[in-house]
Amino acid sequence: MALKIVKGSIDRMFDKNLQDLVRGIRNHKEDEAKYISICIDEIKSELKQDNIAVKANAVCKLTYLQMLGYDVSWAAFNIVEVMSSSKFTFKRIGYLAASQCFHEGTDVIMLTTNQIRKDLSSPNQYDTGVALTGLSCFVTPDLARDLANDIMTLMSHTKPYIRKKAVLIMYKVFLKYPESLRPAFPRLKEKLEDPDPGVQSAAVNVICELARRNPKNYLSLAPLFFKLMTSSTNNWVLIKIIKLFGALTPLEPRLGKKLIEPLTNLIHSTSAMSLLYECVNTVIAVLISLSSGMPNHSASIQLCVQKLRILIEDSDQNLKYLGLLAMSKILKTHPKSVQSHKDLILQCLDDKDESIRLRALDLLYGMVSKKNLMEIVKKLMLHVDKAEGTTYRDELLTKIIDICSQSNYQYITNFEWYISILVELTRLEGTRHGHLIASQMLDVAIRVKAIRGFAVAQMATLLDNAHLLTGNTQRNGICEVLYAAAWICGEFSEHLEDPKQTLEAMLRPKVATLPGHIQAVYVQNAAKLFATVLRSQESAPEAAQETSQLMIERLPLFVQSANLEVQERASCILQLVKYIQKLQQKDVEVAEEVTALFAGELNPVAPKAQKKVPIPEGLDLDAWINEPPSESESEDEKPKAVFAREEPKHTRSRHTEVDEKELAKRREARKQEQANNPFYIKASPSSQKVYQDAPGVEHIPVVQIDLSVPLKVPGLPLSDQYVKMEEERRQKDKDDKKKKEKKRKREKRGRGRQVDSGPESEEDITPAQQVDIMTEEMPENALPSDDDDKDPNDPHKALDIDLDKPLADSEQLPTRTHRSAEVLKSPGGDGDGETITPEPKKKTRKDKKEKKKVKDKERTRSAEDKKNKKKHKHDPEEEEAKIEEAITLVNAEEAQPTAAADLDFWLTTDAAPSSAQEAVAATIPEVPIEAEPSEVKEVEPEEMKSKHKKKKPKKEKEEMEREKKKKKKRHHHHRSERAETESVQNGTMEEEEEEEEPLPPMSNYGLLAENDYIKMVYDIQGNLQDGSQVVVSIIFQNKTSSVLKSMEFNVLDSLNSKLERPEGASPHDALSVPFQLPPEVSNEARFVFAVQSIVMPQKLKGTLTFIVKTDDSSTHEKLDFKLHFTCTSYLITTPCYSDAYAKLLESGDLKSSSLKLEGVTMPFHHSLARICFHHHFSVVERVDSCASMYSRSIQGHHVCLLVKTADETVSIDAKCDELMLLENVLDEIKQTFSQS
Amino acid sequence: MIKAILIFNNHGKPRLSKFYEHYSEDTEQQIIRETFHLVSKRDENVCNFLEGGILIGGSDNKLIYRHYATLYFVFCVDSSESELGILDLIQVFVETLDKCFENVCELDLIFHVDKVHNILGEMVMGGMVLETNMNEIITQVDSQNKMEKSEAGIAGAPARAVSAVKNMNLPEMPKNINIGDISIKVPNMPSFK
Repeated sequence: MALKIVKGSIDRMFDKNLQDLVRGIRNHKEDEAKYISICIDEIKSELKQDNIAVKANAVCKLTYLQMLGYDVSWAAFNIVEVMSSSKFTFKRIGYLAASQCFHEGTDVIMLTTNQIRKDLSSPNQYDTGVALTGLSCFVTPDLARDLANDIMTLMSHTKPYIRKKAVLIMYKVFLKYPESLRPAFPRLKEKLEDPDPGVQSAAVNVICELARRNPKNYLSLAPLFFKLMTSSTNNWVLIKIIKLFGALTPLEPRLGKKLIEPLTNLIHSTSAMSLLYECVNTVIAVLISLSSGMPNHSASIQLCVQKLRILIEDSDQNLKYLGLLAMSKILKTHPKSVQSHKDLILQCLDDKDESIRLRALDLLYGMVSKKNLMEIVKKLMLHVDKAEGTTYRDELLTKIIDICSQSNYQYITNFEWYISILVELTRLEGTRHGHLIASQMLDVAIRVKAIRGFAVAQMATLLDNAHLLTGNTQRNGICEVLYAAAWICGEFSEHLEDPKQTLEAMLRPKVATLPGHIQAVYVQNAAKLFATVLRSQESAPEAAQETSQLMIERLPLFVQSANLEVQERASCILQLVKYIQKLQQKDVEVAEEVTALFAGELNPVAPKAQKKVPIPEGLDLDAWINEPPSESESEDEKPKAVFAREEPKHTRSRHTEVDEKELAKRREARKQEQANNPFYIKASPSSQKVYQDAPGVEHIPVVQIDLSVPLKVPGLPLSDQYVKMEEERRQKDKDDKKKKEKKRKREKRGRGRQVDSGPESEEDITPAQQVDIMTEEMPENALPSDDDDKDPNDPHKALDIDLDKPLADSEQLPTRTHRSAEVLKSPGGDGDGETITPEPKKKTRKDKKEKKKVKDKERTRSAEDKKNKKKHKHDPEEEEAKIEEAITLVNAEEAQPTAAADLDFWLTTDAAPSSAQEAVAATIPEVPIEAEPSEVKEVEPEEMKSKHKKKKPKKEKEEMEREKKKKKKRHHHHRSERAETESVQNGTMEEEEEEEEPLPPMSNYGLLAENDYIKMVYDIQGNLQDGSQVVVSIIFQNKTSSVLKSMEFNVLDSLNSKLERPEGASPHDALSVPFQLPPEVSNEARFVFAVQSIVMPQKLKGTLTFIVKTDDSSTHEKLDFKLHFTCTSYLITTPCYSDAYAKLLESGDLKSSSLKLEGVTMPFHHSLARICFHHHFSVVERVDSCASMYSRSIQGHHVCLLVKTADETVSIDAKCDELMLLENVLDEIKQTFSQS
Repeated sequence: MIKAILIFNNHGKPRLSKFYEHYSEDTEQQIIRETFHLVSKRDENVCNFLEGGILIGGSDNKLIYRHYATLYFVFCVDSSESELGILDLIQVFVETLDKCFENVCELDLIFHVDKVHNILGEMVMGGMVLETNMNEIITQVDSQNKMEKSEAGIAGAPARAVSAVKNMNLPEMPKNINIGDISIKVPNMPSFK
């Protein structure tokens, strides 16, 4: 055997390995393709061998060839073979190859499911790791569905290395199998607080990626992320979270308000540029979302702009680029703050880096104002002249136009200036954007009536100098402007000074070299001009006839055009002019009628107008106009056709005969026509003769103007002049104003008051012309909405899933039957408690699958049944409380609005504490009423007696929280082993009480709410019978001398906690308190709440309504309250024996945390009693100043404490399977102590 | 998300390509070529960001690259990634390669592309950043390599010997294409944890 192995490896020695292949390719540079094809042949034969090492080597080489662009999909099956090798070395090669070339279309992928599943559960963490890495690249919907559950199990793997990979890959699973998102989400959420930073980072990564696409579903996670943001020190995580907040703020402006402060702090404190930059970005997003009416944030804007300026001024091009990028975001909402940095941005235009120049250009777009537009554009024009690359110059050109035309020419005060800028831009050589300039010219001329005169004059000059634009080479781009020029001159010809000259310019033979669509416009507008000229020459018939003659002479040139459009228009107009000429010869007045041809104004039409025409009522575009041909009809026709077969044949032949005859006739007629038509181009020499008569192209002398300085269109005013003119004008305006003001001042001085004239504001700049910018026309009743649909193919659309809804049974992931699925322990599921029993049967895969489905169904059904039974079982305790009818299953969907309520609560921060909150004060000092950490810790014991303590604003509280955390870290003493014992004392505290000081009286009832009529105190206890229920006992105390009756108790359910109401009641119905309260009497009622997750404290808002009945009157009253479900209230005092306790601690499944309480003056046994009483713990054993304690949550979490004391300090080391629950319980313990 | 990671040399020869979305082999080659054209014509002292090419991405995507001696490291990412963060990640990647190959040079990447893939697999998974701590990455890579070696055992020895002999008379083996300026520091960027 050993010999065989050695022999095999000796054989392998001479196989080519990857290095040899690479070397070979490098040595065959000339005939690389040939060499590789030889190698592929070798690989093919290697793959045929049985030795897995040889195969792996071959696959390894294939991976390399794949990178070089060779298709290796033919070896997919061999790759699967190598993947399934038991050796890690080969497995890794296989998975790498698979990740490089497998995709959804690869059919062998379905063979891998079981192999991957095996690898995922391999005892070797690297087998699992390699499988996860590979799977992340080629996961398909099928794989995702089949493996989702296995991967979810791995999310709780003991090794962080596996956990983080499992968490990350879940994103890919969600994408391919969206149904898995909801069941997996609670666990994913848990991982946000994983002790391993890598796992935490992975979870943040996945949730951020999910939230980016469907942010609204993740708003409820904001508090959690907020906590992470203020506690994490990992820059990667921070960046991700901050980016996520940037996506969330637009949806919830209040979130933004909350964020500003911590973000500003980060900006000040961080040294990492990447973090700083992302903070600035998110602050900007916040400011955008708050943009309306938050004047007090100008400091934040200022800070952002300042920091960005530092970035832009940095020598590092990357920072410069990003700075500009972020600056452009601020610009949208706070242009003024950016405008002050104009110098800096203009400077960036000179940067050698094109991407930076482009960014700076983007910024300029938003920075212009009426005041600086001319100046900025002037600068840009200089850059246009200097620019080297055509792409950059084109970019400049479009930017200039964008800048000027933005928001309906808002910033243009002088349109003459703008027209001349456009005309100057036509000098650009080789630009692609002629059409852009043209459309601007058209737009301005059409919409700004006042400018038409000037525009027409400019366009006439352009037409006159058209040769400059078309002169050399095929610079086809810029000649587009002639299209605009011709149209403007034609349409608004009444403004032309010398229409005849323009007409001549438009009919020059050179025009024929222009592109067809421009010629067409030329021809059409020549006709318009002709009409105008005729009108002006009404009194001089000779001149008019001359004009007609000119038209008749020149138009045939266009009739010959190869472009159909030109040809058609030209021949039409030519005929028209000929007719006119005839009339003129008869001395008929024609001008009027010709003008009438072009009467009426052409108004601009909005680009979307067509789309917006509303469908008239009663018109169904999808309806058939005629009856649709029924399918049976065609079948019916067939037999008919059989009977009447001869008939149609005859007719057809007759028809063809007719056709032939007619065709011949038509042909004849056409020939005749063509012969008569002088404009038809014929091959015969006679037709050429016709044209020789007409003045041909050759006869017109073409004057080529040779310019040394090309393209300075003569006679055009330069835009620079306008800048000067404008300045002068403004100065004059100002002077005028000043004079007026002086006058005013003089008048006012009499009254002893002086008014300062502030700096010139935007509004003071009056436009040079009174401009009436016409709006574009829209059809009547146009619908204003813009419907931009999302891409229907977006894979993320499927992930738009509401995650706040509690899980339904049907949503559990498909579980494989032969492995115990303790996976779905997530606090979300209804069927949580039910663990699926292992199924040892082995059958063929196919029917196992089917069976599994059926079983799953059955199981869920039976689980439901059980549950219902349980709920309907009349528990004596419950009966006593008379609320058995209060139990019902609350529909998840109806409870939804309250999820928002939770978030609302978190978001309403600086608001004054509500009455209920204020009321949460300690009447009984020992009562733990606040689960959330608050400032109470700092309060001196003497102050404790004060009845009403106000909550500090949240902000301070958060700082406190952070501080506390720091402290916690410092005092963190990790103790894991506590098994050694000296004396074993089982049982609860009571046994020890006699020998020590008597305990002070204690009560767990905390004040719920109080007003003049009634006082409510409450206590919450876990329900031993049902892991998802807690019982709230409320004592109602009547403080008045009248009877309180019809008390109705109602709370606003949250997703997590719901009041159990009688069956059939809606989730908003109130429960009536089953008794009346005579004067000065108190009574107790119990209410059952269903809770899902118990790891976090909860607050539920509620109201009690009641009627106060006195002898003569009765009044309706109500009292708001806030029920506080502390984590403690989910714990149930459970005794535990020390050996079981030791075993539990040794199991290593528990997460630990610790707490240190200083300044505890009470005796140790009092402290223990306090923890036992208020937090439902039992003492496992106690040795001197050290005690171990135990409690269990209603959902079965173990909570273990090791309490030690030494000179007024009590330190608690704690362990629990749920870290969050533990932290919260510890916080609550801390509060209990701080209150004493 | 990271859409693709490409390494090619100054002549556009691919040294590693990792696409996190599926493209056909031809498209992949086209993308590499296009990216090379975009990146190679840029000066040394301009910013490291490029608005994406046409083939890969679209408007949401950016190319973020670094140029070390003879090699370009290009990451194609979408807007959910922090630009400076990715630059730092590239730096971590290159430094990790430097540690794993002991003074990495282009030849290392040419002959051991599989190892480079394995290292990359510990940093980025399925287009998402997995680990940014260099020590952690190296630890995981090393222990996997150790496993590989122990598996090879005696059986692997002859093959290794032959490979060593083959490498002995290699004229092009001198490490003259060293990435000398590997220690280019990202300005003001404290390394991530």
